[in-house]
Amino acid sequence: MRRPGKGAPTRRAGAVPYLFLAPAMVLFTLFMALPIGYTGYLSLRRTKVSGLGLGRGARTEVFAGLGKYAAAVGDGELWAGWLRVLGYGALVLALMLGLALVFALMLDAAHVRLARLTRISIYLPYAVPGVAATLMWGFLYLPGLSPFGDHAFLGAGVVTFSMANVAVWGGTGFNMLVLYTNLRAVPREYYEAARIDGAGELGIALRIKIPILVPAIILTTVFSVVATIQVFTEPTTLRPLTNTISSTWSPLMKVYRDAFVTGDLHSAAATSMVIAGISVVVSFGFLRIVKNHAFGEG
Amino acid sequence: MRVYRLATAAILVATLCAACSGGSGEPSATAGGGAASGGPVKLTYWTWVPNMDKIVSVWNQAHPDIQVTVSKQAGGDDAAAKFLTAARAGNPPDLVQAEYQMLPSFVAADAVADIKAETAQAKGEFGEGVWGLVTLGTDAVYAVPQDSGPMMLYYRRDLFDKYGIEVPKTWDEYAEAARVVRGKDPKVFLGTFSSKDPGWFAGLSQQAGAQWWSIDGDAWKVAVDDEPTRKVASYWGGLVKEGVIDDMPYFTPEWNKALNDGRLLTWPSAVWGPGVLSSNAPKGKGKWAVAPLPQWNAGENHSGFWGGSSTAVAAKSPSRAAAATFATWLNTDPQALGLLIEEGAVYPASAKGAALMTEAPGYFSNQPDFWKQAAAIGATARGFTFGPDVNVTYNAYRDAFDKAVAARSDFTAAVRTMQDTTVTDMRKTGFTLAQ
Repeated sequence: MRRPGKGAPTRRAGAVPYLFLAPAMVLFTLFMALPIGYTGYLSLRRTKVSGLGLGRGARTEVFAGLGKYAAAVGDGELWAGWLRVLGYGALVLALMLGLALVFALMLDAAHVRLARLTRISIYLPYAVPGVAATLMWGFLYLPGLSPFGDHAFLGAGVVTFSMANVAVWGGTGFNMLVLYTNLRAVPREYYEAARIDGAGELGIALRIKIPILVPAIILTTVFSVVATIQVFTEPTTLRPLTNTISSTWSPLMKVYRDAFVTGDLHSAAATSMVIAGISVVVSFGFLRIVKNHAFGEG
Repeated sequence: MRVYRLATAAILVATLCAACSGGSGEPSATAGGGAASGGPVKLTYWTWVPNMDKIVSVWNQAHPDIQVTVSKQAGGDDAAAKFLTAARAGNPPDLVQAEYQMLPSFVAADAVADIKAETAQAKGEFGEGVWGLVTLGTDAVYAVPQDSGPMMLYYRRDLFDKYGIEVPKTWDEYAEAARVVRGKDPKVFLGTFSSKDPGWFAGLSQQAGAQWWSIDGDAWKVAVDDEPTRKVASYWGGLVKEGVIDDMPYFTPEWNKALNDGRLLTWPSAVWGPGVLSSNAPKGKGKWAVAPLPQWNAGENHSGFWGGSSTAVAAKSPSRAAAATFATWLNTDPQALGLLIEEGAVYPASAKGAALMTEAPGYFSNQPDFWKQAAAIGATARGFTFGPDVNVTYNAYRDAFDKAVAARSDFTAAVRTMQDTTVTDMRKTGFTLAQ
């Protein structure tokens, strides 16, 4: 417990925190609240055309109420997109975090040769930009070009797995590094004590390391869930190469299509708000469910 | 006390916000003033024609009072979306390359200017058909035509000889040839149906006589699923289902490789095909030849258009007259046309420009009469009016045909989806539709 400095007048200190808060508040207002507010505003309006829609003044913007929201929520394609993303996300989360955990534990184990090199080579894919990685995998998947033979990697049933593979390849290294860094911070005495008690490497991993890692695992899970909800790069980059990915494959792709392909900014805004709402509910809901595990010990 | 603190914070935030928004407002004010002040008029031009900067520098040297800066674009739908977004945001370029099918959308969004007065003398340089594409059948003129894309059939002459097939004169013969090729070599296809290229499908439908949109008094008539289009769709759907035509999309690495390896024998494409073939399938140099598209009925002589673009002036440009002057020069001046052909690999829309095309493209050195053929075919091409929401229709094409191709299902149902999506969108937005 620290006490405020002696003689500091508490009355004046009252205004100071706001001064320090000001930059954060300004940045939040400018780059979060205003854009979100503007999106909300756009989502309540629509373009109205009269007659042929050609020439000046034929196109006006009018208030639409919640009509765009009704259309967004009522569009089966959006929910089909969520379903696809759910399947994709389950694959990615399980594989990526599972592999990251296994790699982190292996690297942290007592006797590992070439630990540094291994660590860097697992991390390296994360440094490759998503578009470049997806294009590279796209070339590897394409029948006729693929070195893996003439398989339909981008076929209807398989394309989700192929996309998940790109995300796992790219994301495992980062998550492994987060977990590994956490492991390195664990006092070595714990392990010594465990060894004296007769625990092997596997026992230490299962009984000591993983329980200690739980908060970090939860953190990486939340990050990955949010990233999965926002999946856009992989399907958008692969789409021109195959006819199994529609323009509304993921919810965010639908937003992009509405805003920039079919030119309906207002529908895009409404759908964005719906996605943001779901995203907030899912990530905070997850945190709420696991909060005792994550922060209970603190 | 608490209220006082909150007020202080609020004032702080408000002042900072004001300072910031003041800062962002400033540059646009100076940009607006720059054009009006005494110096040369400065124009920006969004285009994806290769080497356009070289062509523009010729103009800039001769016209110190109108200086044009080229901004290279990616082309295609993305470029159109970018321009529409910039126009909506209030800072479009002065000049933009506009594909014919996107021009109605630009006009409907009030993003391009009517330059009728400034282009009065340019009209005579172009044929009726292509001029109609920039007037949309109205009294206004929304752009100056640059290039056009009459469709023709590219085929591997050497491999046609090898497999013993004749150049198909009708689509029935084309289908028969597709079966013959499959019978002789299961690795090779006569052609492929691309579910990613609505412009290609639109061109084939035009050849069959489709009229996807038309203006009926004060109302739009939408007939994306008209009889000719359904005929085209069910023809290709049948071939894909039968397995005698491949289904890989155009312009993919996979397609490039198939062309390069001689595993695709034809490509029904447009006059700009040589540029694509020479860069995507360099191994085929001197092996391809060109012929008119197969016809629906023997003895007919029709073609359609795939692609082609114009130069439009943004409605918000402060220098409309200067921009229109440049657009006219670029697309009608003999020197500019020569440069467009040579540097930009453009097939000019103007009659004068087409006459300048004499030497066959290097890739087609085996066919010295390439441009003569192209001109003859171009004369038979027929187009149709494009609607104000082509992007919706084209997007529906990709999604619906992606599905139909993957499921080997009925292509006419996909056409029906295109029609329904288009009509629903137009009705929702408020366009008046004729029944």
